[in-house]
Amino acid sequence: MTGIPRIAARFAALRAEGRGAFIPFLEAFDPDRETSMTMLRGLSAAGADLIEIGVPFTDPMADGPTVQRAGQRGLKAGATLAGTLGMVREFRAQDQATPIILMGYYNPILSYGDAFCADAAAAGVDGLIIVDVPPEEADEIEPAARAAGLDMIRLIAPTTDDARLTKVLAATTGFVYYVAITGITGTRSASSALLADAIPRIRRYTDLPIAIGFGVRTPEQAADAARIADGAVVGSALIETLAADLDEEGRARPGTAQKVLDQVKALASAVRIVKKDA
Amino acid sequence: MNKPLPNSLRQGPDARGRFGPYGGRFVAETLMPLILEVEKAYEEAKHDPAFMNEWRRLLTHYVGRPSPLWLAERLTQKLGGAKIYFKRDELNHTGAHKINAVLGQIMLAKRMGKTRIIAETGAGQHGVATATACALFDLPCTVFMGATDVERQQPNVFRMKLLGAEVVPVTSGAATLKDAMNEGLRDWVANVHDTYYCIGTVAGPHPFPMMVRDFQSVIGTEAREQMMAAEGRLPDLLVAAIGGGSNAMGLFYPFLDDASVAMHGVEAAGKGVDTEEHAASLTKGRPGVLHGNRTYLLQDEFGQIMEAHSISAGLDYPGVGPEHSWLHDIKRVEYTSATDDEALSAFQLCSRMEGIIPALEPAHALAHVIKIAPSMPKDKLIIMNMCGRGDKDIFTVARALGVSM
Repeated sequence: MTGIPRIAARFAALRAEGRGAFIPFLEAFDPDRETSMTMLRGLSAAGADLIEIGVPFTDPMADGPTVQRAGQRGLKAGATLAGTLGMVREFRAQDQATPIILMGYYNPILSYGDAFCADAAAAGVDGLIIVDVPPEEADEIEPAARAAGLDMIRLIAPTTDDARLTKVLAATTGFVYYVAITGITGTRSASSALLADAIPRIRRYTDLPIAIGFGVRTPEQAADAARIADGAVVGSALIETLAADLDEEGRARPGTAQKVLDQVKALASAVRIVKKDA
Repeated sequence: MNKPLPNSLRQGPDARGRFGPYGGRFVAETLMPLILEVEKAYEEAKHDPAFMNEWRRLLTHYVGRPSPLWLAERLTQKLGGAKIYFKRDELNHTGAHKINAVLGQIMLAKRMGKTRIIAETGAGQHGVATATACALFDLPCTVFMGATDVERQQPNVFRMKLLGAEVVPVTSGAATLKDAMNEGLRDWVANVHDTYYCIGTVAGPHPFPMMVRDFQSVIGTEAREQMMAAEGRLPDLLVAAIGGGSNAMGLFYPFLDDASVAMHGVEAAGKGVDTEEHAASLTKGRPGVLHGNRTYLLQDEFGQIMEAHSISAGLDYPGVGPEHSWLHDIKRVEYTSATDDEALSAFQLCSRMEGIIPALEPAHALAHVIKIAPSMPKDKLIIMNMCGRGDKDIFTVARALGVSM
């Protein structure tokens, strides 16, 4: 990768436009590689500013039932970390600009081995969110990620107090992922009022862009999050649409990918028309 | 480079919660502040004489400690080798060793101002112990239990309900202990403000492996004194079953620096370690990260966690406590395994020869004793941790033996 990292470049461009980012999350290989690839290819055109790809893991401790089942479908369809990098490589052949962030758990990365960060960067990955590697364990992977030019995007939770904030932020690059609720993905939502309190608290300690995830489901919520912070991540709501369209055997129907992309379009449009709070 | 041997094996974990490369704090950020709070609260509590005295009072008058050290004479005679002692933690209130650490943890939860307790359980022993302590301390209790285990451990499910706990069957994955632990962690993330997660074994993020070990070490400390009183010397061999490894850590830890004391941890070999149905993570697994710590895990080549199998719900876990992983690597403890069938035979033999119906978990330890005691000289001393009683398992055993009840 040369020049400005894609994530920084994208957020800078959005800031110039005066709007926040829409960031869809989908699980790799859910429900099969082809459908998953079709959705991935269509996301930028549907309005995704950045893309988060979940790497399926058997024991996703921070995820609710929707993402758990997506991961199980992905694994059943043969998802591996190497296979996920393969999807990113294919995506990069057509799109050089949209940042890709892998989100997942540490064990598949550990199992992949020392080459992971270099391989991920070579495939076109821009950043990593590793749910179960907090700053306390950051030396596990951070040097390799930095050497490969990958951003380490860290989670900040409502439980992260001011003393920890500086510690977590010191280890963060790319953007900050604010977990809007104390809980797992796809369960409940935070109110705008709570977010309006939480985001300025983080801003006092960092100039990095802040995206809000966990419990962001509707176009209104996405627009709200992108206005209050710098981006909105929507995952479970998209995966629910996908899951609801599968046949009895759990296979995609001809229109499944398009249904998800239509929802992405609606969410992205809502984010695009809202001017960010100054 | 030759590293000097540490002068004690009882100094772990380090400040990062590591035993050698194992352990640590691999949890989501939401949990991290609370994990640090638990660590701080525990450090204060264990240096507070009032806290420790209250815990000891409960152990004496509520649990019934010290548990006896029983010379299993008939079994010793039959096997014809080393002298076999049982450390009888199956006589504890609630029927297993789990209550030792549960009482300590629930006292800690109270001290931290937590008002709700959650726990995971496999065989149901830890769930029953937690439900018991919650009844005693008047705290609401939710126990996550794999749906498969709910099915095969009905007596304990009913026991927990009688004690006032809510039992939540977990249907994800293979619906056993691993999945119950996932669900426990998910609930904790969602309820950090008022909830304490009472982990049942020497696994999970730091400080749990250390804290549970410390509380369970009462087993080894007593056994040491009792053996000195009975034989005037230390035992030659300690044997304990390993699922997560809390009863084994409790027995082994006080002896780790006694070079003359050998230690064998017995994993569940299920249908055999060369089949795909076993729970022998140290024997057949490799290091990885799950449930907050780095440790040996049963996993495929891509780092996906595999399902464990054992007739014993308490050993049916694809990981093991991180301190065991370290003791395995430095070869201080020898880890071996026993199959479902071997455990079933030991279960029956113990019932008939000693009048003690063991839980299926220590039946694995006993199966190993049966294998090695005959070839040991008669003056050698073995302590086996009889960590639980078998009442909960009679339906499982009956089914395995083709008996309808």
